[in-house]
Amino acid sequence: MTFSAERSTMIEFRDVHKYYGDYHALRGISGEIRAGEFFSLLGPSGCGKTTLLRTIAGFEGISSGAVLIDGKDTAGIPPNKRPTNMVFQSYAIFPHLTVAENVGFGLRRDPRTAAEKARAVDEALEMVGLKGYGARAATALSGGQRQRVALARALILKPKVLLLDEPLSALDKKMRELMQVELIKLQRQVGITFILVTHDQEEALVMSDRIAVMFEGEIAQLADPETLYRRPNSRKVADFIGTMNFIPCKVLGESGGQIEVDAKGLGRVTLSADQAPPAKGGESPVVGLRPETLTLLYPGQNTPDRIADGVVDEVIYFGDMTYYDVYIGGTDVEVRLSMRNVPGRPILEVGNQVQVAWNPSALVLFR
Amino acid sequence: MKGGWFRGYAIVYLFVLYAPIILLPIFAFNDSAIVSFPLAGFTTKWFTQMLDEPTLHEALKNSLFIAVSTSIISTLLGVLAARASTRFVFPAKGAIMGLIMLPLVLPEIIAAVSLLVVFLGIGMPLGLLTIILGHVLVCTPFSIAILSAAFQSLDRSLEEAAYDLGETPLSTFYLIILPLVMPGIISSLLITFTISLDEFIMAFFLGGTNVTLPVYIFTQFRFPQSVPVIMALGTILVLLSITLLAIAEYFRRRGIAKTGGKNTGGFL
Repeated sequence: MTFSAERSTMIEFRDVHKYYGDYHALRGISGEIRAGEFFSLLGPSGCGKTTLLRTIAGFEGISSGAVLIDGKDTAGIPPNKRPTNMVFQSYAIFPHLTVAENVGFGLRRDPRTAAEKARAVDEALEMVGLKGYGARAATALSGGQRQRVALARALILKPKVLLLDEPLSALDKKMRELMQVELIKLQRQVGITFILVTHDQEEALVMSDRIAVMFEGEIAQLADPETLYRRPNSRKVADFIGTMNFIPCKVLGESGGQIEVDAKGLGRVTLSADQAPPAKGGESPVVGLRPETLTLLYPGQNTPDRIADGVVDEVIYFGDMTYYDVYIGGTDVEVRLSMRNVPGRPILEVGNQVQVAWNPSALVLFR
Repeated sequence: MKGGWFRGYAIVYLFVLYAPIILLPIFAFNDSAIVSFPLAGFTTKWFTQMLDEPTLHEALKNSLFIAVSTSIISTLLGVLAARASTRFVFPAKGAIMGLIMLPLVLPEIIAAVSLLVVFLGIGMPLGLLTIILGHVLVCTPFSIAILSAAFQSLDRSLEEAAYDLGETPLSTFYLIILPLVMPGIISSLLITFTISLDEFIMAFFLGGTNVTLPVYIFTQFRFPQSVPVIMALGTILVLLSITLLAIAEYFRRRGIAKTGGKNTGGFL
């Protein structure tokens, strides 16, 4: 595959609306998912992300608009005729069938011989790391193994799109992190478009090529993970993804793509236009700063960045990291910053006077 | 002793409940035509005498035919109603389900008399068919209760997964849903069979000249000399009922375990 070539569109949403009675579940979703990408629908519960996924699978009809798969309108096409397969949140492993029967379930109408189908099942099981498990009862498997069976069962049909509905939410933390990496590898291996629904922002950042953040039936921002993290387009998105300090500010002036603001505790800053997403209005303006863009200066250290004086208010020790809550610039504005715990770097104490280095380019203005 | 009173109460309760039934086998093997203590000695002649009774054979044949038909029809209706009530939302669902379940508490004699009036009114001859219709009315709510539990413990995504993997709604039903609710279906068949087998009121009112086992027992009770035979017959019926109910409960529990649900009561 050449990465320079523009990837074609696999899924296209055209102003999709969905009503449940009076409830407006999807409010004009538009956007494209590219062929072969790992795409995530991220949002809090009730934001419509699962509903949107189910419109692709065909389990939910839409009230207006269109959902296109590989250029074809899906209106009126039932789930069993769509080139999509789904991994369900509960895995939906058929409890009365063996592992092999589960994985081979979708091949029932396949014209291939029984021996060829059996080989396909073996290959699928091997792909998900369950070689030799075929004869076992599906109910005898652990959560992680069921997950893999569900994946093999969906992928054996070589769908154009694999839909994953919170597939990792039932696993414990260790298993979840393991499966995240395995899913990424699997997706690269098979090259199929993966669409993941998750409420876990970390999971979305780790796994996705691009992410659509959804709130209340709308896509708030659709971007790659880095853009989403560094340049969230609203305070709400910034708050949902990772941690961000919000510092009250005044907008002093705007000219030639430059915005002058006065942030409490930081002073006057000049921001470029890309640091200021379109104004939403209605709220008092704030600038946002991620904890890791703020650095404590230790005695003797120099920095080309700007410096604010501060007082440590809280110390939260995490093993590899320490979070400090610091009042800055002699104000009541408190920011959280994170420092890696490297050898020779002492953990500070509450009440210590500190210097905090920060760079204007890390700021995002929300107004 | 802690809980002594309650324990005593429980023992008395169970004794009052089951002592009369224990009298059945005692007198069934008692070598005397008069049902009274002291016992006169052991015999199996009532059982052999029972086997030579042609009206009894007729009644048994009728009862088995009715019970098998009833269990199949009411389980079929139960599957449809349980499926509808657990999967679909439709107007007045609560009221409709309530009305379907009503025969559970409706005085059976009222239902029997009403049916009799209707059957006579439309000129339908009384016989096995009319008894079956009456029994279906009585048994269907039991079927629905059992099967609703079986359908409810089914994860909806199982159906969706099959649909997603290329099956039609119909093939999904017999490939996935039916095998998973099969224990519930067997349980429903057995319980409705048992209920139909010893149902009296409907059979008495709607049978015309056809006699079922309970009706036969009732009519024979007028003749003192046949009471020990009835005792023998009753003994067999009690054993049969207990066996069938135990099997039904086994299947009900297995079904719930199979679909990963929790046991929330049942008939046993």
